[in-house]
Amino acid sequence: MIDDVRQAREAGLARVAAATSSDELRSVDAEVLGKKGPLSGLKTRLGGSPVEERKTVGQAINEAITAVQAALDARSAALGAEQTAARIAAERLDLTEVVGRQRRGHPHLSTQAWERLEDVFVGLGFQVAEGPEVETDFYNFEALNMPRSHPARSGFDTLFTDYHDDGTVLLRTHTSPVQIRVMQQIAPPIYMVMPGKVFRRDTPDATHMPVFHQIEGLVVDRNITMAHLAGTIDAFTKAFFGSGFSSRLRPNYFPFTEPSAEFDIRRPDGTWIELGGCGMVHPNVLRAGGLDPEVWSGFAFGFGIDRMARERHGVDDLRDMFSNDIRFIEQF
Amino acid sequence: MKIVLSWLNNLAPVGDDVESIAADLTQLGMQVEEVLHVGSTVAGVITARVLRTERHPDAAKVQRVWVEAGDGVERHVWCGAFNMQPDDIIPLATPGTAMPDGRVIEPRPILGIDSQGMLCSARELGLGDDHAGILILPVGTPVGVPYGEALGLQAETVFDIDLTRNRPDCWGHRGVARDLGAHLGVAVTPAVTDVAAGGEPRTAAVELVDGERCPRFTTIVLSGIRVGSSPEWIRRRLTAAGMRPINNVVDVSNYVMLELNQPNHAYDLDTLGGGGFRVRLASEGEQIATLDGAVRDLTADDLLICDANDVPIGIGGVMGGLDSEISESTTVVALEIAHFEQTAITRTMNRLGLRSEASGRFERGVDPYGMPNAQQRFVDLLRETCPDLVVHVGAADARHESLPPEHRPVSVRVSQVNRILGTDLDAPTITALIDPIGYVVTASHDDVLTVNLPSWRPDSTAEIDVVEEVARHYGYDKLGKAVPTSTEPDVTGHGRLSPVQLRRRALRQVLLGHGLDEVITDTFLSPSDLVAAGLPADAIRVTNPLVVGEDLLRPSMRAGMLKAIAFNESHRGTGVALFEIGHVYPPGDRSTELPPEYEGLAVALAGQDATAAMTLWRELVNTMGFGARVDQSLVPSGMHPTRSATLSIGRDVVGAVGEIHPDVIDAFEVTERIAWLELDLSRLLANEPKITQWKATSRYPSTDFDLAFVVADTTPAEKIDKAIRQAGGALLVDLALFDSYRGAGVPDGSRSLAYRLRLQAMDRTLTDAETAEVRSKVIAATTKLGAVLRT
Repeated sequence: MIDDVRQAREAGLARVAAATSSDELRSVDAEVLGKKGPLSGLKTRLGGSPVEERKTVGQAINEAITAVQAALDARSAALGAEQTAARIAAERLDLTEVVGRQRRGHPHLSTQAWERLEDVFVGLGFQVAEGPEVETDFYNFEALNMPRSHPARSGFDTLFTDYHDDGTVLLRTHTSPVQIRVMQQIAPPIYMVMPGKVFRRDTPDATHMPVFHQIEGLVVDRNITMAHLAGTIDAFTKAFFGSGFSSRLRPNYFPFTEPSAEFDIRRPDGTWIELGGCGMVHPNVLRAGGLDPEVWSGFAFGFGIDRMARERHGVDDLRDMFSNDIRFIEQF
Repeated sequence: MKIVLSWLNNLAPVGDDVESIAADLTQLGMQVEEVLHVGSTVAGVITARVLRTERHPDAAKVQRVWVEAGDGVERHVWCGAFNMQPDDIIPLATPGTAMPDGRVIEPRPILGIDSQGMLCSARELGLGDDHAGILILPVGTPVGVPYGEALGLQAETVFDIDLTRNRPDCWGHRGVARDLGAHLGVAVTPAVTDVAAGGEPRTAAVELVDGERCPRFTTIVLSGIRVGSSPEWIRRRLTAAGMRPINNVVDVSNYVMLELNQPNHAYDLDTLGGGGFRVRLASEGEQIATLDGAVRDLTADDLLICDANDVPIGIGGVMGGLDSEISESTTVVALEIAHFEQTAITRTMNRLGLRSEASGRFERGVDPYGMPNAQQRFVDLLRETCPDLVVHVGAADARHESLPPEHRPVSVRVSQVNRILGTDLDAPTITALIDPIGYVVTASHDDVLTVNLPSWRPDSTAEIDVVEEVARHYGYDKLGKAVPTSTEPDVTGHGRLSPVQLRRRALRQVLLGHGLDEVITDTFLSPSDLVAAGLPADAIRVTNPLVVGEDLLRPSMRAGMLKAIAFNESHRGTGVALFEIGHVYPPGDRSTELPPEYEGLAVALAGQDATAAMTLWRELVNTMGFGARVDQSLVPSGMHPTRSATLSIGRDVVGAVGEIHPDVIDAFEVTERIAWLELDLSRLLANEPKITQWKATSRYPSTDFDLAFVVADTTPAEKIDKAIRQAGGALLVDLALFDSYRGAGVPDGSRSLAYRLRLQAMDRTLTDAETAEVRSKVIAATTKLGAVLRT
């Protein structure tokens, strides 16, 4: 009988070795080690054998079962690994072969500059105010110390509308009207910037557009001095352009501020950018905003937004920024 | 304004350090745009005589020229010009000469033959614009000397400065010299207050009829004049300052204007009708021929200078008449120096489109008390060429009550200066800063200085104007830099965007995330743009548009967006997805102070149909918390009649969604469909969206099943959705329409809508019976709407 055991064991191991798939291996498992398998049959037959034989043959049967089981496990693991390897090999992808693309939207360059500026001023403690683009003569000029006969008005190349017959409704030429509206609506202290679209009767060229974007700042508080203006311009310069940049003020003229200044930014290489205008809010402007210039003082500044984007990205011609050509837009 | 350095130095010793003067001028508010060197000579260019010329058979565009430069040596030069003859004297740039344009003259061979220099045109030497041929120098010019020496050229340094409106005084060299001199601590030559007269009495009388327009009109009579040319130095300075020398009288007149900012006019007294002046407003339609040869039609708002016989001889403060010029034979002149009202001058200039050196100055502001000094300067300068000049006693000085007072005192508080500037200046320091520029402190009591404003600064009228002068001469760069901290501590550091601004940014991010590109389209439209876009033609009109015809303010962004789509499509950009966030300006009923302008969003998806617009709208509902009724029974104008809906809140229209009308698409020559979404952001962003509240998720298994119904096209899917949700009750936790099908198996006029329903309870696993009950309730509810279950 011991030979039968040996024979069954050899046959079982041979079948395990011959199995080429997990499915085959499962049937080998059932047929060789199952209840109807040869080793189980030998175990049953062993019941009628003498005690001595039962002991030695029984042991041989158990060893045979363990051996076949071990072979089965090993073979199963090997087959699994083979299958995984085959699957992985079959699944190879060339990751440089990408068909189509994820489409993402592109914000307008002016918007990008606008938001960057807002963020810097918010960081400096400012809030952001907005106002109408179609304005009255009062807010655009009169309240800003430019009565009707004021010669400086001609410098603004204003576009007028027929909204009212008297021609007093116009397209704002700067965001300064929002300063007056803010002063009328909010009790000081005021720390505000006013970005927005403005309009001038200018023929478009590489550096001018009749419709463009501007940001102005207004601070009104007790004891605001021109040193605060210079300090704020400088803080903005460093926050927006970088710590290697600095600023200077030099005299200029605007009807709505006095003293007035132009502010220039000094690049780390020593060259200058003429950025914008600023000054101490004119007493007449504070009065137009409903504030007593003996109690409150303030400063204001302003400059172009689009130019920031133009210079940052090296755009030669401002007109391209407003062409709405996706070949331009999708570059940024 | 062109400021000549040597001229400045005549008036105040400001030195000749060009770079530092330019920096000082800029720091004083007179921005130097450019420093020009006029009349400077090019070293290495000498005069030479042409010996002979010869063409070369193989060189068509150049000829050979032999010249001699005083040393008897024959030199050969190739030359591209053909305008010289033997014995002409011409400028020769010798080898090694650095030309103003950067070229260095080298013996450059042509056809193997060297050129020993270059013959120069006027332009190449910076002597003008003439580049037609070689500069031929006057006969008799010595040969072999530097051409500058031969021509008597002297270099002048000129600052081209950009003047601001508040500095009318700097339209004369004296004003610049005064300001710069004060900065450098050197004094400007004093002005005289009376002209020295010695001749027999002779008066050019003045009658001021409309004196409020001409508050002062002075004349003096000068005789012994011989009209000729001006001395070289006057001609040189006028040329450097950008004016053409004419004759000694006219040149002196211009010189005085450029030096003292005092426009003036010399009339030939012998031809001046009645020997005097009458200043009056023109009558409507009256005409005058001006110096420039044009005949001008005048209105009753234009001021005329007439002779004593009331014949017009000039437009006051703007331009003289054609017949008022002095002639070669003039010997006696009436010198007129007058003052004109600023704003009226501007009106006349604008009306006539006539800007002259004089009118530009009167418009900005001229010293109403500078006449005697200007008269004396005129006399002194003219005497250089007219040694027999006689100044007659009998000067006329007609004044009107509207003449500004000579002395204009204002009170300036030392404390106010320091409050605005953040300085700690005392009264003597302030006085020392402003006294040299003519702001004379006449009294000082405690905090208050009495400052007499200078008559040449009409822009200065109030305390704050003096504060600015203090700042300018103290130096903006010395004011210090400090970041303000508010007196109210809860203000400082509270920078933030408003909720609306934050929501606008979030909206933009959602749109960008959906692959939409942001555009900024035209504000100005033509009426045909509105018609093409299918929009009402009523819009606010710009009365002075930049482009004739493009005079309407956009009441919608649609036309601009469609143009952008058309532009891109014509440049192989199909399927573009664009959005714009911007203001639009519907006219409303014009009863309000300002139009009902609002901020809008426009989205155009080329090559996509209305469902894409609806999908985006639903996404905005979910992400932004927007809400509005989708009303397909109300088709917005210009949109696809069966694929569009109005978005409304209550009775207010807040948007449109769907597809652009095929006719509109054709009108813009676009070939693709265009899905369209338009929203009133002023309305929609104003609402604080509800904050989503937590809902528990069930721990029990869910059951999914699908139902498909045949539904008539006339029944909106929204109704079926609603019926299913109602019937499903609390157990229906999710409902999705996953297919809409038309075709075989579905009757015409209807479609099959397939839904997936997910049922789930919070507290138990649902039994089959419960699921079946919900299913039959849903079927019953939809059947009532005419839906037929597909099996």
